[in-house]
Amino acid sequence: MGNGVPDSPTTVTASSDAQAPAPTGGTEPLVRIRGLRFTRGDTLVLDGVDMDIPRGAVTAIMGPSGTGKTTLLKLISGQLRPQAGSIEVDGLDVHRLGRQELYRLRTRMGMLFQSGALLGDLTVFENVAFPLREHARLPKSLLRRLVLMKLEAVGLRGAAHLMPAQLSGGMARRAALARAIALDPMMVMYDEPFTGQDPISMGVLVSLVHQLNDAGGLSSIIVSHDVPETLSIADHVHVIANGRVLCSGTPEHVSAQSDPRVRQFLDGAPDGPVHFHYPSAPLAEELLAAGSRRGW
Amino acid sequence: MVIDALVRLGRSGLTALAGIGRAHVLLAGIVGGLPELLPRPRLLLAQIYNIGVLSVLIIAVSGLFVGMVLGLQGYYVLNQFGADESLGIMVAASLVRELGPVVTALLVAGRAGSALTAEIGLMKATEQLSALEMMAVDPVRRVLTPRFFGGFLAMPLLAAMFSALGVLGGWFVGVGLLGVDDGAFWSQMQAKLDFREDVINGVIKSLVFGVVVTWIALFEGYDATPTSAGVSRATTRSVVHAALAVLGLDFILTALMFGD
Ligand SMILES: Nc1ncnc2c1ncn2[C@@H]1O[C@H](COP(=O)(O)OP(=O)(O)OP(=O)(O)O)[C@@H](O)[C@H]1O
Ligand SMILES: [Mg+2]
Repeated sequence: MGNGVPDSPTTVTASSDAQAPAPTGGTEPLVRIRGLRFTRGDTLVLDGVDMDIPRGAVTAIMGPSGTGKTTLLKLISGQLRPQAGSIEVDGLDVHRLGRQELYRLRTRMGMLFQSGALLGDLTVFENVAFPLREHARLPKSLLRRLVLMKLEAVGLRGAAHLMPAQLSGGMARRAALARAIALDPMMVMYDEPFTGQDPISMGVLVSLVHQLNDAGGLSSIIVSHDVPETLSIADHVHVIANGRVLCSGTPEHVSAQSDPRVRQFLDGAPDGPVHFHYPSAPLAEELLAAGSRRGW
Repeated sequence: MVIDALVRLGRSGLTALAGIGRAHVLLAGIVGGLPELLPRPRLLLAQIYNIGVLSVLIIAVSGLFVGMVLGLQGYYVLNQFGADESLGIMVAASLVRELGPVVTALLVAGRAGSALTAEIGLMKATEQLSALEMMAVDPVRRVLTPRFFGGFLAMPLLAAMFSALGVLGGWFVGVGLLGVDDGAFWSQMQAKLDFREDVINGVIKSLVFGVVVTWIALFEGYDATPTSAGVSRATTRSVVHAALAVLGLDFILTALMFGD
């Protein structure tokens, strides 16, 4: 591993003077990312990302589809290894931890997968109970009460007996959220929590994220491209595109950016400096060509 | 051209070797999970049920029919030498030494091994294994270890059942239909079948096959490309590789055990 990047103050962030302003009286950030580089085969997904994620706040990571937001969460949680750079979570270098230590750290992290990733052979109740059974020796009645409370919070207490296959996509996501917060972690990473939610559950989820943060002192990282919802609940926003951090700061700061790349994403313009399209030859050229060397 | 072919050969050789390496690392991880499994016998029992109990029907029926065929064929051959009271020992020895362990392993690979591969592969494709990782639960120890030992323990039991029903099938055809002497059938079997030489060796075989079949099934699932096509390919590979491994190992084990 080429972990050679010192904790230098970042210089990479384009067009931003307010680099992740430390919120509460200069405490260490919960997550500190320096010089992160990650490639998938020949594609450079993340290219020199520097990012601080403060404690006790809601931090949003926004960016177009396919820029590596999910990848970034998997790197933070140690499921993937970067080619270069370092990630510290709560002072621990994630990619230098031994297995036991990494697992201990993960009991303090919750993650909501983009697909939900509920265990298919367990009911919703058992799914939420799973981390509690694995990591906390609780009496049966307490376990039951805890699980039902978590399910109540996401509005699925009535669905406790259903199997994951019987849930809709949005319900599965909410059940997965209940599971992610079952162990009362110090941080929760939400991968697209709002996709597939109707306006009512969306509102409930937004306020739930808020509540967890205010009451539990939890830190949240939300990955999303739902611009208005995310800006409304985030304390800090990082916009990434093309493998780099475009700008970071408070939602007001970010919305006030004049950088055309940021504006394009926030305003939803189909094409501009940030590519909506996966890298390709011009359309006309490809349509006129007799055939592609890939065979179609 | 020749160079190209050599490069391709070398590359597929390396891929295969890397796969074998990963399979051994996985096996070490699976077996390393045993201390965590022992205090939670429920997980193991569930898998013995899944792999063993749910295979009972196909094993029982196959055992019965294989035994009946052995009875028929054995009778025709032995009868020519007037040795038809040896039918009992012939049927029992073939079953206990060879057909019981081998056919059971092939059937388990088809019935339970393919299911294991598909299950693990789909868990991977739907990120359930990643979700376990994120809940600080080792998917190898939590998901694979119980399945591995479930298969390991179920296999000799299933093979024993196969052999027992096979003997009954042979008895039914030989004694019931073809008129072999009932007493001779059983007494020859009792006198000539050696416990250590025949029964223990058969059990050793089916323990080895249990390891190999479940190991291959779990590895193929765990190593599958996490897509529907990838899982389907892995399932096919699981059955084919398990069958070849069982037949090859059977030859080696037979040579070691009985070839002095
Ligand atoms: N398993 C994989 N193998 C190869 N490439 C991958 C894999 N997973 C993701 N990628 C590539 O990595 C890049 C980033 O993917 P990622 O899933 O992180 O995007 P994302 O920002 O989460 O997008 P979305 O908003 O659509 O979820 C994409 O270009 C994708 O093609
Ligand atoms: Mg994503």
